[in-house]
Amino acid sequence: MIDPGLYNYWIVVFLMMAGFYVVISQGNLVKKLVGLSLFQTSVFIFYISMGKISGGEAPILVEGITVYSNPLPHVLILTAIVVGVATISVGLALVVRIHEAYGTIEEDEIHEQDLIDDETTEDPSSFSNGEKNG
Amino acid sequence: MNLTEHLPILVVIIPLMTAPLCVLLDHPRLAWFAALASSWVSFAAAISLVMQVSAQGPISYWLGGWEPPWGIEYRIDVLASYVLLIVTAMAALVLIFAKESVQKEIPEQRIAYFYAAFMLAFAGLAGIVATGDAFNVFVFLEISSLATYALISMGKDRRALNASFTYLVMGTIGATFILIGIGSLYMMTGTLNMLDLAERLPEVADTRTVRAGFAFLTVGIGLKLALFPLHLWLPNAYAYAPSMVSAFLAATATKVAIYLLLRAILVIFGIDFSLGLMPLDNLLLVLGLIGMLSASLVAVYQRDIKRLFAYSSVAQIGYMVLGVGLANATGITSTILHLFNHALMKGALFIALGAVAYRIGSTTLKDFSGLGRQMPFTMAGIVAGGLSLIGIPPSVGFISKWYLVLATLEQNLWPVALLVLFGSFLAVIYVWKLVEAAYFGEPDDTRTIREAPLSMLAPLWILVIANFYFGIHTDLTVGLATQATSALTGGGG
Repeated sequence: MIDPGLYNYWIVVFLMMAGFYVVISQGNLVKKLVGLSLFQTSVFIFYISMGKISGGEAPILVEGITVYSNPLPHVLILTAIVVGVATISVGLALVVRIHEAYGTIEEDEIHEQDLIDDETTEDPSSFSNGEKNG
Repeated sequence: MNLTEHLPILVVIIPLMTAPLCVLLDHPRLAWFAALASSWVSFAAAISLVMQVSAQGPISYWLGGWEPPWGIEYRIDVLASYVLLIVTAMAALVLIFAKESVQKEIPEQRIAYFYAAFMLAFAGLAGIVATGDAFNVFVFLEISSLATYALISMGKDRRALNASFTYLVMGTIGATFILIGIGSLYMMTGTLNMLDLAERLPEVADTRTVRAGFAFLTVGIGLKLALFPLHLWLPNAYAYAPSMVSAFLAATATKVAIYLLLRAILVIFGIDFSLGLMPLDNLLLVLGLIGMLSASLVAVYQRDIKRLFAYSSVAQIGYMVLGVGLANATGITSTILHLFNHALMKGALFIALGAVAYRIGSTTLKDFSGLGRQMPFTMAGIVAGGLSLIGIPPSVGFISKWYLVLATLEQNLWPVALLVLFGSFLAVIYVWKLVEAAYFGEPDDTRTIREAPLSMLAPLWILVIANFYFGIHTDLTVGLATQATSALTGGGG
């Protein structure tokens, strides 16, 4: 069997940095969330690789098998996957509401409108949600 | 079955179960009452835990009866019981204030869900403190963070949405960093139990994986506690969140993150590794100082008072981090003291701001003009909280700054001590701005403003009185903080 070495971890690092870069560089809020998701996914692979022992089988008691992979990181990452799904859903829900309130999901345009809000901060209620001017 | 045996889990489970109850009740007043009742029960449980721990030492609770390190262990030591007390007390007080404030700021059909999210945030924070399992920390962190994003986005202003989104992105990066850190530690030691980790780490401390894990954990926690320069999410999140959310978060969320930092660097890695072998002490010292001074300076120029105090929170976090960075027992005592004291003052200040927002619907400096005559009790509360923030004796702010200055002098870092005093001076400026407007500004005669209702004044003044009570009777807080420090630095705990 070919020893994969640190191959998995290189993929983890690549995905992580790619996701991180997307989060930082993209101005579109949905694309930011895509990057964030990629970033989180890389950590899932990290945990899954960690638990795998080369030549190890699934941890079910069967005769003739003595080497098992560690199931704990795999179980842990199930929890983290659920958390990831929840985070992205909350994020997307927020993007929907940002779109309703600002009429755009581009970071710089939102920022511009925020600056106008900051200037006329006298009565914040006049800029309440639901206004569309994009 | 003895109920007191299960207190460590009850503190977390009661608020957690109240969240679905709030949704099922689906009635604004009933949901509020359920939240209030369960937070007071948790508070009572936390008080009883503090007494148990100081009488018999740390409590180890095995979840489901599984023995650690295989099972999940909940571990309540002096520091944990102390932070649990802060979190539950603040939740209990803020919920009294919440009734009127939430009714005004949140649409009626969403109030029950709002309280459900609040209870989830509360349960998550309590869980982070109570658990002794590293992965459990991540799960509770995400429970509280996700609920917090939802809570912040309920703010009336549309900028609340953007603030919440920014916090979501930065918070998720922070939590994922923490996850990577925990993963690296598990890889090297094969355990997730904090005490077990502490025992096994020294053997493998010299590997790159452990060092990388340490770096990831520290940066992740740094994002969560809004350590300069990772604080960018905080000012807007606090400024635009509904009043009761700002009050609760300002008083608890960053405190829990500081607790987590202490846990990670002192218990899991041990003080010799984190502050000796790794250059974290100097890093925290410098970042704490810059955070303290720059955030105070920015606060001076704010026009919105809620935002002003949010920046002041970043500055106060600087003080706490500075205490850790000094790497001596007095410094860590000052950090733990300031955890409690800062919760008292910022809780009081943000509740008072919530009362102002309730009456005049805004918290800009201009609107404070002449409020000293129109809302005398609320404004007196803000002034008292501000005095405590500056650190004027006999307030609690003085006590923690006193210990911080002592700690800097112990290390012969007198320039740092001077900078701490200069930071207090900046606090005088921004608090004075507010006092000047409120007491010397001309009141706007076109509007009639009444004093805030009693349900807001009561928690405000309980906190204000606590600010001065614990400033004079320091035995309880200083005693607990010294005990916690010796447990943390003496190994074991």
